Amino acid sequence: MGRAEIVLSVDALRKSYGPVRAVDGISFEVFRGEIFGMVGPNGAGKTTTIECLEGLRQPDEGEISVLGLNPARQRTELMQRIGVQLQQSALPHHLKVLEALDLFRSFYRKQADPRHLLETLGLRDSRHRKFGQLSGGQKQRLFIALALINDPEIVFLDELTTGLDPQARRAMWNLVRQMKQDGKTVFLTTHYMEEAQQLCDRVAIIDRGRIVALDTPEHLIQQLKARTRVVFQPAENFPLNHFKKAFSSLHIEHTDDRVIVLGEGNRFVVDVVRFLVENNIVFQNLKVEYPNLEDVFLALTGHQMRD
Amino acid sequence: MRGLWKLTLTELKLFLREQVAAFFTLIFPLMMLFIFGSIYGNKPTPIFGGFGNVDISVPAYGAMIIATSGLISLPILLATYRELRIFARFQATPIHPISIFLAHITVLVTVNFLGLILLAAAGKLVYHLRFAGNMILVVAAYFYCSLAFLAIGFLLGSVVRSARTAQIVGMVFFFPMIFFSGATIPREFLPEAIRSVAQFLPLTHVVNLLRGLWIGAPPSSWPVNAGYLAILSALSILLAVRIFRWE
Repeated sequence: MGRAEIVLSVDALRKSYGPVRAVDGISFEVFRGEIFGMVGPNGAGKTTTIECLEGLRQPDEGEISVLGLNPARQRTELMQRIGVQLQQSALPHHLKVLEALDLFRSFYRKQADPRHLLETLGLRDSRHRKFGQLSGGQKQRLFIALALINDPEIVFLDELTTGLDPQARRAMWNLVRQMKQDGKTVFLTTHYMEEAQQLCDRVAIIDRGRIVALDTPEHLIQQLKARTRVVFQPAENFPLNHFKKAFSSLHIEHTDDRVIVLGEGNRFVVDVVRFLVENNIVFQNLKVEYPNLEDVFLALTGHQMRD
Repeated sequence: MRGLWKLTLTELKLFLREQVAAFFTLIFPLMMLFIFGSIYGNKPTPIFGGFGNVDISVPAYGAMIIATSGLISLPILLATYRELRIFARFQATPIHPISIFLAHITVLVTVNFLGLILLAAAGKLVYHLRFAGNMILVVAAYFYCSLAFLAIGFLLGSVVRSARTAQIVGMVFFFPMIFFSGATIPREFLPEAIRSVAQFLPLTHVVNLLRGLWIGAPPSSWPVNAGYLAILSALSILLAVRIFRWE
């Protein structure tokens, strides 16, 4: 296997709206077949970036190549080969689901089977319902169907799961994984760190128009050297000294009602639990907290994701 | 132009499903015809140069349909599609922007003709409608006037920010125009003062052109009517292409 094929590259992209620098010189590459995520808080420049890649916005500076095409100058040709889900859009109120698929299909050279898409997206039973009568989740699934109607090589998903309930969000994740299995490249933006961690092969963390880190979620977390936390609430007569002696290599904090154990890896978690059980220590609310992308973001930018 | 045909058919279906627009374009003019037909009948009268009330009302109501599509339907449609980001979704497909315009123009011109055909059919069946003009000229003029009013609607739809404003602005232009232009009340019944002001209303030129052609009147005023509409629509388009935004 040689190097993975690059299907999308961005070099020193800049875009301002008046005095506001939305995107401030970002560069990256996306490989064929991967799920590439751009994460960051609202207003970080994600939508501007994705819309420049889709040819919907003109960059002020920088080079973009998507499937070897220049999005700004070869928009129509590019649109034939990519699928797009916009962060915010709608269809006419009275347009029915199946009609929407038939209509959008007619814009493309290459056409996927609408019935198959309805089936996989769980829209078969609502195919004769009007857009205006659909629930939020159904609308979003219809927009995914429209993004896949030309069997695209790259799918762009902008804030796919924003506003959906956790169950619908997980269903969306499975759909995105399915796209990857079907051989498509997926470029997505999200402000949910958990989503990026669950879904993406590689993640670019973006803050204030700049990429502050780009790697696999696992590497980003590893580089953080953050420790796993085991937290539990012991009963009153907790043998703290005994516990500390048994785990002298670990960092242990004890507050009014909680014990926090910090360590590396997974192994010590089992040891802690075994100790508690073997010594008949009564405890409740035991939680294991692994370092996550949220911690990475905090460490890199000095501020929390949620503003 | 891939997708243009499908888009046009789809938008036509959507127009007919949007019951308010379909009502005012197709049904309301018929109601007018029957209401005033039942009051005044269609006896020839010297006031209308030997034609009856229905004879001169059918082309006049046709003008009203043109005004409905141009001043109300198109601006609301453009503003709604922009406001809800329906246009934005189409922008993210390979469909050419010109195709989107062509589809909407085709739909509205089609429903304009549909409205006129319904009026003529009802007039013929119920009131023995008379026609003394050249059919080809009437069709050509109706097409021409439809396009001119869609040009004005394009400008209105480009200026307004929201669908709500489009509705209000459309009404503000629409109502004085249909009453003072002779589209609803024949110009013979309007006071002289209003008639002289109404010369500047674009719809007056549509009514005069269509009425004249319908009864086969001599072509003395056609160049003025057609010229006025040409200048107005050219100006509208020039301005609109500068102002219009997809989102």
